[in-house]
Amino acid sequence: MRNLNLAALVASPEARLAVIAVVVFAVMSALSPDRFLSVQNLTSMAFQFPEFAILSLAMLLTMLTGGIDLSVVGIANLSAIVAALLLTAFAGPEATGGAAVLWLAVALLAALAVGAVAGLFNGVAIAVFGLPPILATLGSGLIFTGIAVALTGGSALMGFPGVVAFLGNGTVLGVPAPLILFALLAAGMAWLLGRTAFGLRVQMYGANPLAARFAAMDVTGLLIRVYLLSGMLGALAGMVVMSRANSAKADYGSSYLLLAVLIAVLGGVNPYGGYGRVIGVVLAVLTMQFLSSGLNMLGVSNFARELIWGGLLIFVMIVNTRLVYRPRAAAKPGPSA
Amino acid sequence: MSSSHAMPLISIDGVTKTYAGITALDDVGLTIGAGEAVCLAGENGSGKSTLIKILAGVERPDRGRIGFAGVEQGPLNPRLSAAAGVMVIFQDFSLFPNLSVAENIAFSASLASHRRLFRRSPVRKLALATLNRVGVDLDPDAPVETLSVAHKQLVAICRALACDARLIIMDEPTTALTEREVRVLLDIIRRLKADGVAVLFVSHKLAEVLEVCEKVVVLRNGRKVIEGPAAEFDAASLTRHMTGRDVAETPPDPVPADAPVLLQVRNLTKAGAFEDVTFGLRAGEVLGISGLLGSGRTSLAKALFGLVLPDGGIMTVGDHSVPLGDPLAAARAGIGYVPEDRLTEGLFLMQSILRNVGVGRLDAHSSAGMLDFAALGRDATDWLRRLSVKAPDSAAPVRSLSGGNQQRVVLARWLARNPRLLVLNGPSVGVDVGSKADIHGIIRDLSRRGLGVIVISDDLPELLATCHRILVMKAGRITGEVAGRETTEADLAHRLAS
Repeated sequence: MRNLNLAALVASPEARLAVIAVVVFAVMSALSPDRFLSVQNLTSMAFQFPEFAILSLAMLLTMLTGGIDLSVVGIANLSAIVAALLLTAFAGPEATGGAAVLWLAVALLAALAVGAVAGLFNGVAIAVFGLPPILATLGSGLIFTGIAVALTGGSALMGFPGVVAFLGNGTVLGVPAPLILFALLAAGMAWLLGRTAFGLRVQMYGANPLAARFAAMDVTGLLIRVYLLSGMLGALAGMVVMSRANSAKADYGSSYLLLAVLIAVLGGVNPYGGYGRVIGVVLAVLTMQFLSSGLNMLGVSNFARELIWGGLLIFVMIVNTRLVYRPRAAAKPGPSA
Repeated sequence: MSSSHAMPLISIDGVTKTYAGITALDDVGLTIGAGEAVCLAGENGSGKSTLIKILAGVERPDRGRIGFAGVEQGPLNPRLSAAAGVMVIFQDFSLFPNLSVAENIAFSASLASHRRLFRRSPVRKLALATLNRVGVDLDPDAPVETLSVAHKQLVAICRALACDARLIIMDEPTTALTEREVRVLLDIIRRLKADGVAVLFVSHKLAEVLEVCEKVVVLRNGRKVIEGPAAEFDAASLTRHMTGRDVAETPPDPVPADAPVLLQVRNLTKAGAFEDVTFGLRAGEVLGISGLLGSGRTSLAKALFGLVLPDGGIMTVGDHSVPLGDPLAAARAGIGYVPEDRLTEGLFLMQSILRNVGVGRLDAHSSAGMLDFAALGRDATDWLRRLSVKAPDSAAPVRSLSGGNQQRVVLARWLARNPRLLVLNGPSVGVDVGSKADIHGIIRDLSRRGLGVIVISDDLPELLATCHRILVMKAGRITGEVAGRETTEADLAHRLAS
């Protein structure tokens, strides 16, 4: 009986992940109870993770189709820089009240437009010209970063109206604004994947691209929309980063790419496409944030953390390959059956 | 048991195997003598594959005895089976496409010899000797990927012989072969038998190999239902024993004289695939297109659905011309396509049965982006019921279904879209005999309701049972047309192969 429960638990990646998240939280709390469980640490975590969590949603969407978007960080920075250029040119640090809010809205729309155009570029390269997503977005990410460097000369852009800080540092009824944004986006993504024809098509395409073509699915349009959405999510993440840093720069968040991929894979998303759930990504985000904060408190250096992330990515992929992607191996009857 | 040899090459007795509580083989016994050819017949899921795996040492039986040359064996493994000369030729042949014929033939034998360095001359010598033994003239230096399916099969046979095969087990040996190639295969089997090599044919399409076999064993639901001399069986009795019922195929009703023309194809051409193809199809008509492998029939089928872009030609459905090379436009014009390779082209294997049907109807059931799952589910369930798909749980992955039911899922997906014309490429490939007759019944029913159906197949009895007219393709051109009622299997086979 106990065996059966355990097997059922292991069979669902989300359930397994929930256990892991709780275990990591408990271990970190036990190792450093005063600091990890402090209100200050808990709120600081809630402000930190939405940045890369939004990128992970983009990763979930593209990986569901069996692709990947390695250009999200480039898109995030380029969008933030375009927004920052608008804000510094037309609003400046002294702008307040209605004018400042208006310019923030304009900047946000501009950032989303940049994200959409960049995503469209990826989508056309992948869906129309048939480039492999991993290479297409690797290349386009360099292009976007290059444009961002050219626009800024490589230095940080600063001097925004005070209202810009709200997006990354503000609270609504005590809840951090970026957390609210992420919650809305995650709920929206769950709705998109679970309740719409588009979402179902994305999963079906990821499960078998050839059969999708033979079933008269508009594969080209589907992929373009997927990468366009991914680009727009990247732009939103860029705006959160810009607001929290109160500046925009071409090389912010460079460690977020690996993190976003790791979270998606840890969250049970099948990198070959066809399976992935928002709840898994949310749990993976929490796990990674607990781990990251905990390691920080234990005095583990940033470089060591990258090594840990890389190692974890490979480890999770191996575990998932054995247990999840090939369910037949997991479904083997035990001796007690 | 009825074997004349005192010491049978292979003897199986009381073999039982269960998987997770399901009995795949139940107390099955079988003997094969040296130089004997045995037919092991059964529908999909009858336990044939399990028996092969047990003989090859891949699976271990729960109970039962296995003897090689009279010596009872302990637990088998693939090495032990291979050492005893039991060689399995699977449907995909498991060859190395980039290596030459000679290298493929000698590969396993040189592995077994534990030589660490590769030397060309002994490989060539062994390959030539084996090819000679079989009596086949193949270029030993040709890369295997350039060979036809039939020649690849010959290479696989030679590879088994090069390893001193005593028993060659052939899994579905004839499904990919045209009639002429089957005859070549049978000649080779006769030579092998004269050489003392035993052959076990495992298939659900065995009528063609009966003439070289001594014995027939039929499995149904894991049990041996009958065993006897091959001379006592014919295609009809084999089918009856495999399915446990009589499956009579009647020719289709005639097309009403006033049926309007549904599809017009004019001068459709694609360089290297098909040339100047012109034909028409009336509503309610079932048109067969047949030809040998490489005759261009599959390219033509794909072109009709826009999956292959022709160089030129015109296609009209009703009064509207259909843009070429665009599956979306073809689907909008009311054309549906059921592909040849169900597993890679037709189905989303890991996705649910319901989703596999519903994927064709997403637009009809969504408003403002929101999908009405309940309506989609009702729609799909309705079609699954109408095609009598046996699925206990439509939320289960489609891979859990049998071949026949999987094919019906693909059919249901298209029928739910209410098409005017269905292109069925190999509608019953890999489908068991009982389901095949059911699928033919579905085709007949569709034609009665006024759908145009194009059946592309090299299964001649299937074409005769379903089609009003049959077009014969040769080297990319349509070379003849026969009325389904006015021809026989032998006549059609002759037209294809001549």
